[in-house]
Parts: sequence; C-alpha cells; structure tokens
Amino acid sequence: MRLHSISINNLKRRKAKMAFLTIGLMVGIATIVTLVTLTRSMSSDIERKMDEFGANILVTPRSNGLSMNYGGISLGGVTFDQREIREEDLAKIKTITNHKNISAIAPKVLGGVRIGEHDVLLVGVNFDSELKMKQWWQIFGETPKGDQEVLLGSDASKVLNVSPGDSIKIKGEQFKVAGVLDQTGSQDDALVFASLPKAQKLLGKEGRITLAEVAALCSGCPIGDMVTQIAEKIPDAKVSAIQQVVEGRLKALDQFKRFSYAMASVVVFIGSLIVFVTMMGSVNERTVEIGVFRAIGFRKSHIMRIILLEAAIVSLLAGFLGYAVGMGGAKLALPFMAESRNAHLIWDSAIAFGSVGLALTLGLLASLYPALHASKMDPTEALRAL
Amino acid sequence: MALIEMKNVKKQYASGDDVVEALRGVEISIEAGEFITIMGQSGSGKSTLLSVLGGMNHPTSGEVEMAGVPLYQLPGEKLADFRAQNLGFVFQSFHLISYLTAIENVMLPLAIVKMSTAAKKGAARSALERVGLGGKLDRLPNQLSGGEQERVAIARAIVNNPHILLADEPTGNLDSKTSEEVMALFRELNDAGQTVVMVTHNPDNGRYSDRTITLKDGTVT
Repeated sequence: MRLHSISINNLKRRKAKMAFLTIGLMVGIATIVTLVTLTRSMSSDIERKMDEFGANILVTPRSNGLSMNYGGISLGGVTFDQREIREEDLAKIKTITNHKNISAIAPKVLGGVRIGEHDVLLVGVNFDSELKMKQWWQIFGETPKGDQEVLLGSDASKVLNVSPGDSIKIKGEQFKVAGVLDQTGSQDDALVFASLPKAQKLLGKEGRITLAEVAALCSGCPIGDMVTQIAEKIPDAKVSAIQQVVEGRLKALDQFKRFSYAMASVVVFIGSLIVFVTMMGSVNERTVEIGVFRAIGFRKSHIMRIILLEAAIVSLLAGFLGYAVGMGGAKLALPFMAESRNAHLIWDSAIAFGSVGLALTLGLLASLYPALHASKMDPTEALRAL
Repeated sequence: MALIEMKNVKKQYASGDDVVEALRGVEISIEAGEFITIMGQSGSGKSTLLSVLGGMNHPTSGEVEMAGVPLYQLPGEKLADFRAQNLGFVFQSFHLISYLTAIENVMLPLAIVKMSTAAKKGAARSALERVGLGGKLDRLPNQLSGGEQERVAIARAIVNNPHILLADEPTGNLDSKTSEEVMALFRELNDAGQTVVMVTHNPDNGRYSDRTITLKDGTVT
C-alpha cells in the first residue's frame, strides 16, 4: 500500500464515479475538439471553394495594342494576332514551384464572327475548366460536348433568336446550340462559347490563345509569389493578380476565421467550466475521507498527491477519449455542415496533443483548489462534516 | 512521568456572535498502560477533549504534552508525523474508506511509512487476526457487519503500534452484544500493554476501564 495505490483503488473500485467524472471531462473536451475541428475543416472547405470560385490570376499577352474589356479587366489587344500566347506556353504554368496551388487554368481565344445579321464575340474555351471556375453559371439545356456544339450567353441567344437544340451557322459551319446561360450580369451574357480547338480553327488562330485565367488556391501561398513564378515561366505574357478578388477572399476568410476562433474560445471556456465544477464536486464530497487521512497522520502534501494523481489519470483518459469522440463527432457532422459533400476532415496532431494537454491542465487546475482547501482542513472539522 | 499531561487546557468556539467554551481549564494526567474512559453528557466536551488529545484540535490555551513532547508546539507538519507515529484513532462511525478492502484499510496508516509492501501486508494481516478478522481480509466495508467494520477500524488504529489508542464512542453504532465484544477487545488490547483513552456516554463501558474521567460543562468533575 502506497499513496498511488489509494488513488488507483479509488478509481478502480468506484467505477461509476470515475465514469461520471471521466464522461464530464470527456464531453467538455470532445465538444471543444468537435467544434474546433469542424470550424477548421469548414474554414478550409470554404477557402478551397472560394479559391475555385473564379479566377484570381490573369495571363494576357504583353501588348500595347487596342484595349478590350473583359469582365471589367483591361486585356491586351485581340486584333493583333502576333501578340497572342502560344498554347504550349500554358503547360509551363504547371511547372512553377507552387503548381500544387493551381486549381484550374482556363485558356481562351477571342475573335469576332458574324452569325446571321449580327457581329458577335466568339470565345473558344475548355468547357471543363471553364465550368469548374465559373460555378455560378446556370445552363438551360446541356453543356456542349463536342466541337460542333456551342453555348450562348442569354443576350446572345435573344439577339440571335435561338434556343437550346436549335442550330446556328458560323463561317459556313453548322453548330448545335447545346445550352444557353442564365443571365449573369457580366460580359458572358453577350458571348458565344465554342470549344477551344474549334474556335481557334474558325478564327485562324490554331495553337494560340488570347488569354488564360488561372484559379489559384490562396491557402499557404501568397498570390504575389505565384504571379512572379508564372511571369518567369512565360516572359512574353503579362501576368497579373486580380487584386479585387484576392483581397476580397482574404477579407472574407479572415472574418470567418475570426468568427470561428471566437466560437472556439466560448466553447473552451464553457468546457473548462464544466470540468472545473465536476472536479470541485468530486473532491468536495470526499471531505470526510480527507479528514480520516489527516487524522491518521497524512501530511497535506500526501493528500495533494492522492487527489492530483487521481485527477491526472482521469484527465488523461478523458483527454484521449475526448479527442477520439470529438473527432468522430466532427467526422459525422462535417458532411451536413460543410458546403461541399467531399469536404476533408482536418486531422491535426496539435489538436490531439492540445486536447490531452487541455484535459490534463483543466483537470489538475480544477482539482488544485479543492485539494488545497481539503488538505488545509482541520481533521476534526472534516470528520464532523459527515 | 505521565504519558499524557493536559495542563489548564481551554478550548473556545465561535458560534455566531457567541463564544462557546467547550473546555474550561482541563487538567488530566494519564499513565502509560492505563485504560481511561471519558464520560459525560452530550455537549460536556468529551469529543473536543479527545480531539485535543489526538493532536487534531488546537486548544485556545493550555498545554498538552505526550511522552514529554509539547504537542501543539510542534512546527508545521510535524504534528501530522507525530499522529502517524504515536496515535491510533477509532472513530464513532468507523470512517473506513469505502473503496479499500479490510486489509487495505488497515494498511492505510502504513502508506506513508517506508516499509516493504510485504512487511505492510504482514503487519495488517496480524492486526486483523488480533481483532478476529483474519478470514475477511479482502472484504470491502459494505460487505462487513457493523461489528466487523468496528474491528477493522480498531485494527487500522493499532497497526502502527501507537503509544496511545484514542476511541470516540466506538460502540455508539453497535448493538449491545457487539458492543460487549468490542469493549472486551479493547480490554484485551489494554491487557497487552496498549494505552487506551475512550470517550463514551455508556456507563456500562466504564467497567472495562481502569479509571473514568467525567466531564461536565467542559470541566473535570
């Protein structure tokens, strides 16, 4: 029989009490772990979605020609073919140091064509990357599948008086209108979209593109660095960050993170309070027992050791269980709370160590005061408390 | 020289705005090997006297000497050490630790003593055998009768071979037959040389002791 035997026997033989104490602490820790992990996972999901949502880097030809407005961005002159970027140059973008941060590259070739009585701007795009980048597009009909299908902006469809399923002629070639875009309020409403290779052929610009939009993931990589890296790879192109987009995203993310941290702080505080009250109650109900220990000659330090060892064992157990349960809860809740179905749960060792450390600190701190109080108690008073 | 000397011991408690005088200048001298019963009516100061004797309750004034040691002049935790080495307590409600078995309860005072676990177990087993519970070492308190719990409490009080065994109403919660058995056990321990000081309100218990000290309103009569 040593002092630690008293602590261990108490925990072993009073299983219900130990379970209650452990569960009390575990619930607090699990709640903290779940909310912190959910917040971080959702923050990461939102960050990823925002990064995928539209371009934040624009690659245009280095040009001093006529300006043309696209999406509010001043582009290089499209009438001077010699200024256009070669399609194979785009492959170099994927070789930059931060290539993993590139979510999508959407090359475009632009040129004016006549359809019926009207002059319209034909845009050759890679539909897969275009749709990934412009997730706000609502298409009536279908997405164009082959080279002989086109997608029309809403204004273009009205002016040309065509609907999905109709046909139009461009430079003598027949094209099926696969779909029409819902009103976007942007320049896309007036455009006719065809597949990139077909548009290049129709416009006589094979192997060349007019501009490329790049969606880069902001997290862990300053956009400025990526702009420099792309510019180094394609010296003939003008690479610029769409500052308005970048700054907007960072600000929105910053606000979300601040909200998340505020939420996590409140949860940590409430969890700590639960733990403190539970541990206080547990020690206080052992007043008589502590009185007996003191009466038979245990020093204050002996009492402290018994109580703190018990608190440490319970806290460690609650910390490990709380982390496991908390992560399980976060995994179950994430699909319902995150924007996308395939949001990833963040497994962070800092949260694992943090939760065990927090449980231990809270358990010991919460026990320290009542243990000190109990150890200082007059044994006669403690025994009278029965 | 007496084993225990109490000189003009006074103990006052604050009770709201009033001051209660539990002990009013008590003078007691107890020799080694004596069996003393302290009797008196409820509120006469018996339990206060025992707690002062046991080094658990600082007197307001006066001196308590045990084997020549001025008890309440011991610095810091030395008083706790003194209790561990020299005193054994038997409480009225037994106060066994509910999650420890009989032998573990008896070993409790030895938890802070440097001894091998085997030696501690041997001492606890021997103490339990002395009180007639050698066959119930691994029972938890709730698996023992009231009389058996009292015996475990006595074994716990004598396991460290204390100079003095202090008992507060040890038969208070027992039926008359069990009370007699317990009192006979105290007598037996005293016959073997153990000094016993017992607080009781039962006059029948007095016949087991060598001497009875009667308290009335905090004074020895």
